[in-house]
Amino acid sequence: MDMHWDPITRIVGSLGIFTKIDFENKQVAECNSTSSIFRGYSIFMKGKDPRDSHFITSRICGICGDNHATCACYAQNMAFGVKPPNLGEWIVNLGEAAEYMFDHNIFQDNLVGVDFCEQMVKETNPSLWDKAQKKEAPNAKIHGFKTIADIMTALNPFTGTFYRETLEVSRLTREMFCLMEGRHVHPSTLYPGGVGTVATVQLFTDYLVRLMKYVEFMKRCVPLHDDLFDFWYEALPGYEKVGERRILLGCWGSFNNPDKCDYRYENMSDWGRAMFVTPGIIVDGELVTNDLVDINLGIRILLGSSYYDDWQNEETFVKTDPLGNPVDKRHPWNQTTIPRPQKRDFNGNYTWVMSPRWLDKRTGDHLSLDTGGGPIARLWSTALSGLVDIGYIKSTGHSVQINLPKGALLPETSFEWKIPKWSNAIERDRARTYFQAYAAAAALFFCEKAMEELMAGRSKTWAPFKVPEEAISCGFHEAVRGVLSHHVVIREGKIANYHPYPPTCWNANPRDVYGTPGPYEDAVQNTPLFEENGPANFKGIDIMRTVRSFDPCLPCGVHMYLGNGKVLETRHSPMFGSMKGK
Amino acid sequence: MPTEPIPFTRRKANAPAPVNDVHIIWITAGLSCDGDSVSVTAAEQPSIEDVILGAIPGLPKVHLHNAVLAYEVGDDFMKYFYQAERGEIDPFVLVVEGSIPNEDVKDEGYWAAMGTNPDTGQPITTTEWIDRLAPKALAVVGAGTCATYGGIHAMAGNPTGAMGLADYLGWDWRSKAGLPIVNVPGCPVQPDNFMETVLYLLFQASGLAPMIPLDEQLRPTWLFGKTVHEGCDRAAYYEQDDFSIEYGSSKCLVKVGCWGPVVNCNVTKRGWMRGVGGCPNVGGICIGCTMPGFPDMFMPFMDEPSGARFSTAALTLYGKMIRSLRAITNRTVNGEPEWRRRGRELITGYQPRHGAYVTRPQRKAA
Repeated sequence: MDMHWDPITRIVGSLGIFTKIDFENKQVAECNSTSSIFRGYSIFMKGKDPRDSHFITSRICGICGDNHATCACYAQNMAFGVKPPNLGEWIVNLGEAAEYMFDHNIFQDNLVGVDFCEQMVKETNPSLWDKAQKKEAPNAKIHGFKTIADIMTALNPFTGTFYRETLEVSRLTREMFCLMEGRHVHPSTLYPGGVGTVATVQLFTDYLVRLMKYVEFMKRCVPLHDDLFDFWYEALPGYEKVGERRILLGCWGSFNNPDKCDYRYENMSDWGRAMFVTPGIIVDGELVTNDLVDINLGIRILLGSSYYDDWQNEETFVKTDPLGNPVDKRHPWNQTTIPRPQKRDFNGNYTWVMSPRWLDKRTGDHLSLDTGGGPIARLWSTALSGLVDIGYIKSTGHSVQINLPKGALLPETSFEWKIPKWSNAIERDRARTYFQAYAAAAALFFCEKAMEELMAGRSKTWAPFKVPEEAISCGFHEAVRGVLSHHVVIREGKIANYHPYPPTCWNANPRDVYGTPGPYEDAVQNTPLFEENGPANFKGIDIMRTVRSFDPCLPCGVHMYLGNGKVLETRHSPMFGSMKGK
Repeated sequence: MPTEPIPFTRRKANAPAPVNDVHIIWITAGLSCDGDSVSVTAAEQPSIEDVILGAIPGLPKVHLHNAVLAYEVGDDFMKYFYQAERGEIDPFVLVVEGSIPNEDVKDEGYWAAMGTNPDTGQPITTTEWIDRLAPKALAVVGAGTCATYGGIHAMAGNPTGAMGLADYLGWDWRSKAGLPIVNVPGCPVQPDNFMETVLYLLFQASGLAPMIPLDEQLRPTWLFGKTVHEGCDRAAYYEQDDFSIEYGSSKCLVKVGCWGPVVNCNVTKRGWMRGVGGCPNVGGICIGCTMPGFPDMFMPFMDEPSGARFSTAALTLYGKMIRSLRAITNRTVNGEPEWRRRGRELITGYQPRHGAYVTRPQRKAA
């Protein structure tokens, strides 16, 4: 039976999901996803002043715009040959840490959390509600909710106490963000060469006081989510299959280390590994590389069935990278975007999104990497590389330890995120909570480093630069929901080519020219269904949990539709709410 | 408990009967980044939950239909849009977020759409939704600079022919209740600016406020009547001809690209959230993001605005003089009056009745 949900709400952007459901076997047989906006950043940025790129690209995304602005500044720094003062870098790291703290927080408990709330569970799985009322929460003493049902009630939209607390916390963390980057969500104080933020003692006091409130909040929040997610596995055996896909994770690294990062492409492998979230590509649980130069050169943009003309016969902007390595025609540096709007045709072209892939040199496969919504890939990559060791955070090679100091009411607390068995919906969501704690712990470290600079009298936050006539450069960062890259070509002092690749393009793309499906399609297809409703009032909650576990943000990607296989069941029936009978 | 409802003395005798329920139908599917919806979740004056949970006296019950925050998904969510179109939801305020693309510049396909047309299987364009809903709305509100004037996606060289709501519906457009389009620009919209405008419209719908006062660009006058510079805590540096020539300084940023003196926006007064953050007040040049001319007329952003070169030059003599005079006074007031000291003498000017200790009569304060 065909069922569709268009639009998918409680995400940022315009996403629709079209599926074929096999109700007899309680399984999704096929999934197609579509999104519905084209804006054309790569087109209208041509010929503009390269210093404007971070102001412009911030507007790509309304929830992680600052990630784009930051990534654009990284690319500008490389192109302009400027290294910001250390204090400027710590301030950017503090701002970005606040962004992770805010964004994961509001998404987890104001948007995703609704899928786990009392109201939703009663509508989709009444028997689960009964179990939840009887199930005592193992960490009740820490978070204060006696049963799992109490947690679910607290997540009800607007009326739930934890829902409202989260909304409040999302404001506190945005204030922290505004202290460092001026405004949320499009920052005002970021520039190539550093920041315009005035570094004073007060700046860091204002930040630190708020940060410690968040640290206290996390001490309750992590155990609360562990209780909630563990209950799902326990109460619904087999739930680990929901949203599961092969472990193919990408992380481009976050939080530059100013002691190591000089923004020179030639040294990118080294300063990439010095980041406080380690870049990496993980295939079947194994770390393939943590070298940003390898990562960069392996990126391929494939067309699939999209509303674009190919650029095979267009100009090749970059033949070799600054190290002399050949750069592929399908690499973002060489992409030319040529839109061709047309009718949506599921047997022909049906999407505005191309398919980014990573070429695995060992096998020749164009890997359909996902970001798992960001945190799971960041924690997994950081854990495997074993490079981060800053007291508040320690990577062990198989886990990540997060150490939070004593606060006003709660004692010193340590959490350990251990590499999970699956890349599935629940583990993507669980990792999000742990990464909130990770970001808070990292911010404590950055705050110390920043105050150290300030108190040593090194209060400059910005360094001057000149815009060169010709340059190529790239920026690598982690947007909140995963990998983010910006590739720039400058000619005659203007932007000649600019291609940003945000996480949702990696997660939500269609089948590519080799027939490889995109991650959403992959993860939703063959997902078992635990919802107790039949076709008549089916909500598709397990599909929603799968899709939202990736933290979709479609303004970045814009437009997908996947597959068009056979209809499993054809039935003539009236319209039922979210269901379209055929 | 009083038996009569609270009278609200500001309610005019001839005001229309207050409504019990108002829906807010919010289209996020313009060419947007959803940044205005996200921004509005930061608002506290009032907050979304203040409005939805009825925390402010006199408000009707508010039903919000916004894709970022909705409980419902898919057709369950879209049904409100169809109900509004059929006139079954009345009254409603239509909020549009994102630039309005020009769907006529191509032969087929679409730039922006929301939901699927059950008859054709094709997406329903955002402009079609505006055509369907605007005539039925109590008021139409543009949230953010994209929806109000076109914004970033309407930049020179754009492929979609993007524009603002008033460019699409007409600058003289009136709702069925006689309201012009209400524009709340900002990229993104300042959280409290937007929610306060919604609050005003809800008061107006309840007969508790007269027609919303708007300027020629259809902005609420109390929010956009002043310039960034008029509210900027760095304006004194300007007056004293003390300009920063680099970023990261606490001085006036006009020489490094700030457009504050000519931009209508209250961010320097209001801050971004709870008074925290902003633009030139915290080290970010004003790039004119609230303005109809944004972004083209302000680019390249990091160069000194052309007009600023002349006006700052004219200021040089006056500014330098003011600065040195103030420095003298500043040194004076940084000293304490001389009577604050130890010793047998009291020289504050107080004349004790009993000559218990030595005084020096008739001192005047410095």
